[in-house]
Amino acid sequence: MSFLSVAYALLFYGAAAVLIGGLGFKIWSYFALPVPMKVFTAPAPRTRSGAALRVAREVVFFESLFHSNKWIWIFGALFHASLAAVLLAHLRYFTEPVWGWVVLIQPIGTYAGFGLIAGLGGLWARRFVEERSRYISGLSDHLMLALLAGIGLAGLGMKYVAHTDIVAVKAFALGLVYLDWQPLPTDPFLLLHLTLVAMLMIVLPFSKLLHIPGVFFSPAHSQVDDAREHRQIAAWNAALDATRER
Amino acid sequence: MAQKEYDVPVLEDHLPTPHLQRDALAHVRSHPAKPELQKALGFPGELVEDWEAKAVAKLGELLQKHRSLRVYLDACVKCGACADKCQFFLGSGDPKNMPVARQDLLRQVYRKYFTAAGKIAPDLVGAKPLTREMLDEWYVYYHQCSQCRRCSLFCPYGIDTAEISMAAREVLDHIGMGQKYTNEVILKCHQLGNNLGLNPAALRNTVEGLEEDIMDDTGVPVRLPVDEVGADVLLVTPSADFFAEPQVDGLIGYAKVFHQAGLSWTLSSYASEAGNFGMFIGSYDHMQKLAVRIRKAALDLGVKRIIVGECGHAWRVAYSLLNTTSGPWDFLDPKYPHPQHICEYTWDLIQKGGLNLDATANDDKVVTFHDSCNPARAAGMGGYPGGQFDIPRNIIKTVCNKFVDMHPDTIREKTFCCGGGGGLLTEELMPVRIAGMKPRMQALKQVMDEKGVTHMAAICAICKSQFTGVMPRYGMDPYMIVSLHQLVNNAIQLGTKE
Repeated sequence: MSFLSVAYALLFYGAAAVLIGGLGFKIWSYFALPVPMKVFTAPAPRTRSGAALRVAREVVFFESLFHSNKWIWIFGALFHASLAAVLLAHLRYFTEPVWGWVVLIQPIGTYAGFGLIAGLGGLWARRFVEERSRYISGLSDHLMLALLAGIGLAGLGMKYVAHTDIVAVKAFALGLVYLDWQPLPTDPFLLLHLTLVAMLMIVLPFSKLLHIPGVFFSPAHSQVDDAREHRQIAAWNAALDATRER
Repeated sequence: MAQKEYDVPVLEDHLPTPHLQRDALAHVRSHPAKPELQKALGFPGELVEDWEAKAVAKLGELLQKHRSLRVYLDACVKCGACADKCQFFLGSGDPKNMPVARQDLLRQVYRKYFTAAGKIAPDLVGAKPLTREMLDEWYVYYHQCSQCRRCSLFCPYGIDTAEISMAAREVLDHIGMGQKYTNEVILKCHQLGNNLGLNPAALRNTVEGLEEDIMDDTGVPVRLPVDEVGADVLLVTPSADFFAEPQVDGLIGYAKVFHQAGLSWTLSSYASEAGNFGMFIGSYDHMQKLAVRIRKAALDLGVKRIIVGECGHAWRVAYSLLNTTSGPWDFLDPKYPHPQHICEYTWDLIQKGGLNLDATANDDKVVTFHDSCNPARAAGMGGYPGGQFDIPRNIIKTVCNKFVDMHPDTIREKTFCCGGGGGLLTEELMPVRIAGMKPRMQALKQVMDEKGVTHMAAICAICKSQFTGVMPRYGMDPYMIVSLHQLVNNAIQLGTKE
């Protein structure tokens, strides 16, 4: 077992720990934080199922974004849908035997690799071309796009420029899962791809990628409009009732 | 400089998204609250010595009290969907009036003091220390936000700049940097029960005068009772309704509706204000104290039902926040277990055939309706989503034969703020108010040119004051603005039903 294989194995255990621990902590803290009053963005659904559906439409269709900016919606939807397809297609590296539907979507995964790059390219171009986006873009906004594009391009590089031994890669991946470490091929595209993926996993809980849990916890979208019927209150403001004159 | 401050945007045939004009409104700063005023509200009189530590501590406290604030500060991806949605940006081009940039003034500080990334790599993630310059930017730009929540509607995560500007104002108040206008209003309301500082005797005098006016006009003795114990209904209305034009014509409209319905109702001199500026400064304490006045008045007078007059943010508080701050309202009539909007009451009555209305009385008008931001995006009406859009329109269409809507991107939930809400309705912010009114004026001008609109109705005292105050600068007639119940007032046939 080479030093490199051990280093990457440890890198991925570390990255996974940061991702799961960091994201888990964030989700727990969002969940635990008080919601002292109704601050839904109206018109809001009157039922819990209606509010859940509203959040689902935001997650799946980017509904609000569709109404606000068609370009961001097109590029954003293209990127996110492609990323989802690519991630699902990558399940083949972690399953043996590979699940039937994962086999079926492999061709989609290939196209999605290009969709991902196209979507990122569009989103990134906006940050240069469009005056308002240029103004609000910080260094981390560009770096995040660079990170994602780097992952995608390195992945496509393995497919179309310099192949790697994907059987060995799969053995490495399964080895990580089953604690039976296997050697990792040392092709540059592969090492770049994996390094950037590990970086992404590590920065996710500390970056604007917190929009992933955030979209589920936004009171504007997730609250039910039952303000009249249900007294929304948290412990800290319920305690203030005692100070009221009546 | 004075000339520059009062530049009025030119209305074209459409609303262009402006190019960035850096610092276009940076010089427009609302007057600070004086030390005595700050202290009277329980805030430090002037900037405290250890303001950085105090401000960070207060922000930390708010982050522990509101899930919304924490999620909204974390989740923004800087996509820019909100950037061209704020009327203050559209009217001025000042990039710090783009919602994302306005939020970032606080988000940068949040990152610096409350996130690992901001502590480890501040330059990378745009984390900044809370400097004196940053405080000044907070003060300027968080008092150029009307908390209308239009940005929240268009944000993929619903990020609500109102929540962030309220938090910033709460922090500023707690280190001694309050705003004169809002804090004066809050103090007046604590002391006298209304934002205008009318004492009970003056209030009684005013409404007696109105009763006489109605008698002179119609020959019908319509009453506006004050502090009548045992009345069925308490009307809580913005105090501007008592004498500002065109608000007062709306109040007369409510009184005539109640008269024709034979309703037993009363005003309260203790709670003679529906508005609640405590919300504007993000102070739960002040918002609650003001809201509890309504509860106390209702209990003291023994009313069974509460009706709220035409006021935008008052309706947000009454609909969305009254149950929280001053509920439960279980002492009210189970048939009307929570405060109702005057429009809900009137529309219900119209549907039951309880009003005799002659729409031809408004035949001299072609009317459009300005959805006020708080009823549109922060409340509801009629028990179903969107009732706040339909019910006022239904009433107008009943009392006016000619009604047209403005451009669909400027009404209902997409409505623009009038430019004067959220604590901006003060003279020194005039350049901000002029800029913020531009999108609405654009849409109004379009229906005036194309559909012959002569009047714009509103259900918010601040909208009405802002429009009548600023429209002349756009070369428009301030008397175009009418209270919704002013139209009802015109159409109602007194003496035919009651």
